[in-house]
Amino acid sequence: MIRLDNLTKVFDTPKGAVTAADHISMEVPSGEICILLGPSGCGKTTTLKMVNRIIRPTSGKVFLNGEDTTDLDTQDLRRSIGYVIQQIGLFPNMTIEENITVVPRLLGWDKAKYKERARELMRMIALEPDAFLKRYPSELSGGQQQRIGVARALAADPPVMLMDEPFGAIDPINRAVIQDEFLKMQQALKKTIMFVSHDIDEAIKMGDRVAVFREGRLVQYSTPDDLLAAPKNAFVESFLGEDRALKRLNLVKVREVVSDEIGTVRPGDTLEQALARIDDFGYQNSILMVNDKRQPVGLITRALARTTKGYCRDHFQNVPATVALNDDLRKVASLMFAQDTTWLPCVDDEGRVCGQITQRAMTHHLGSRFRPTQEDDTPTPDAAIKE
Amino acid sequence: MELIQYALDNLDLLTSRTIEHIALVGVAVGIATLTGVPIGIAITKNERLAKAVLYVASIIVTIPSIALFGIMIPVLSLIGQGIGYLPAVIAVLLYSQLPIIRNTYTAIHNVDPALREAARGIGMSQNQRLRMVEIPLAVPVIMAGVRTAVVLNIGVMAIAAYIGAGGLGTFISRGISQSDPRQLIVGAVAVSLLAILVDYALLAIQKRLTPKGMERAAETA
Repeated sequence: MIRLDNLTKVFDTPKGAVTAADHISMEVPSGEICILLGPSGCGKTTTLKMVNRIIRPTSGKVFLNGEDTTDLDTQDLRRSIGYVIQQIGLFPNMTIEENITVVPRLLGWDKAKYKERARELMRMIALEPDAFLKRYPSELSGGQQQRIGVARALAADPPVMLMDEPFGAIDPINRAVIQDEFLKMQQALKKTIMFVSHDIDEAIKMGDRVAVFREGRLVQYSTPDDLLAAPKNAFVESFLGEDRALKRLNLVKVREVVSDEIGTVRPGDTLEQALARIDDFGYQNSILMVNDKRQPVGLITRALARTTKGYCRDHFQNVPATVALNDDLRKVASLMFAQDTTWLPCVDDEGRVCGQITQRAMTHHLGSRFRPTQEDDTPTPDAAIKE
Repeated sequence: MELIQYALDNLDLLTSRTIEHIALVGVAVGIATLTGVPIGIAITKNERLAKAVLYVASIIVTIPSIALFGIMIPVLSLIGQGIGYLPAVIAVLLYSQLPIIRNTYTAIHNVDPALREAARGIGMSQNQRLRMVEIPLAVPVIMAGVRTAVVLNIGVMAIAAYIGAGGLGTFISRGISQSDPRQLIVGAVAVSLLAILVDYALLAIQKRLTPKGMERAAETA
């Protein structure tokens, strides 16, 4: 757990005092990723760097796992916190192994232990230990270097990590890959992480919580979904962008919106029966045909059922697409647009139909929590912000 | 042909003068490295001090060596060392300060701020940062400064023959005073060759001292 208590930084500049961070109070629960988000110069990086005293706070306190860090030795404090920066900062004079083991060596681990740890970390970041440990940073690609940067930060297994735009310098394709890998690692490691970003999409993807900064102040601190659904003021709203409702599609899973009521027909049913069912359920265009295992096998359209006689098994169309319960709504929306349809059947892990998702249900789900900008005096939904 | 004949006839003397020359420059630049590198590192902590130190070192280099020897004669005469070995070494020591201090300062100062931040963030103390990161990265540039100092002062040391310090300059000074172009030219060529060869030797050492992972970067630089 990381708790900031009225953390403040005032820089003395020739033009006078500048408050880079103004009484920041917030708490990151253990095992969660908190994204510090905002435009440049908003105080997010200053706030992050005060946690490990790269920037010395003017006033205020930092608590790690409930312990006030004010009286801790600076070096001891930093060695207990993983630190990843955008420029990576691997030491070019050291091999990958020496880079990764630098903190354990500073902590005085014995050789066998830190060497084994290096191999373990390499496997964790999916780089072959024998191929990479003896090489130098300059021989690695940017993405590989950043993975090593993360491994170095994790080396001494610190409970807390600080990451300053860690994936900012990596090309978009590799960035997405590394983000996914990192999230997967985090599921197992459960580190408490503060993560600076200026990229709203990264914040939504990576963050359990998002703290939005502006001009040295913490403006809003909430879950990504809350942030998108209910931005606290006009600044947050404009920072999130006009498509913020669409961004929420990423955050909502099919299982939250799916309706388990779905009418189906069997291959042995007649088209007459199919038409009746289409009318019973009030479907506009078509009805799903499933086999004995309730797997979707085809569609019977209303137009065909009305004009043709026969059995469903002889007159069906292919199912355009199905979605799984764990897919996000972004994928669903994309499939609907691509297939020109307003509903899609939903299948479980065994491929059996378990419901349907409609465009209407999606817009309703998003819209029901979508609120216009609140006034500043409304109480914040998150108690962690102290005004 | 006459010159080569002269050089071969005096090979023993040429060799011993060369060794003398190398020893003088070697001792002086050696001491200069031991003082200049720590000074260069120390002044990275204070920009104003750095400016002052580099300024003084630059001024020293502008003093003509003959004048410097002249200034030292009365001062060092107080301890009975007005001429000979000691003033020669001191002069070279002083001239070496600028390239060594400046290169050390520049190299440490120019260490990528991201590396410095990473080193701090990881929890290295100031000394650990210097020892594990900054000095290893600065070594190639520091060595380049030492090379400059050595080459520069092989020339300066030739003039120290006038205050009786010995070395290859003796051939030159005798050549002038005896109007003997053979001695003059052999001395001058020997000084130049020595400077070139020592420079190559030091370059080889510099490459060996360059951290492995930086070789590629050092080659393109």
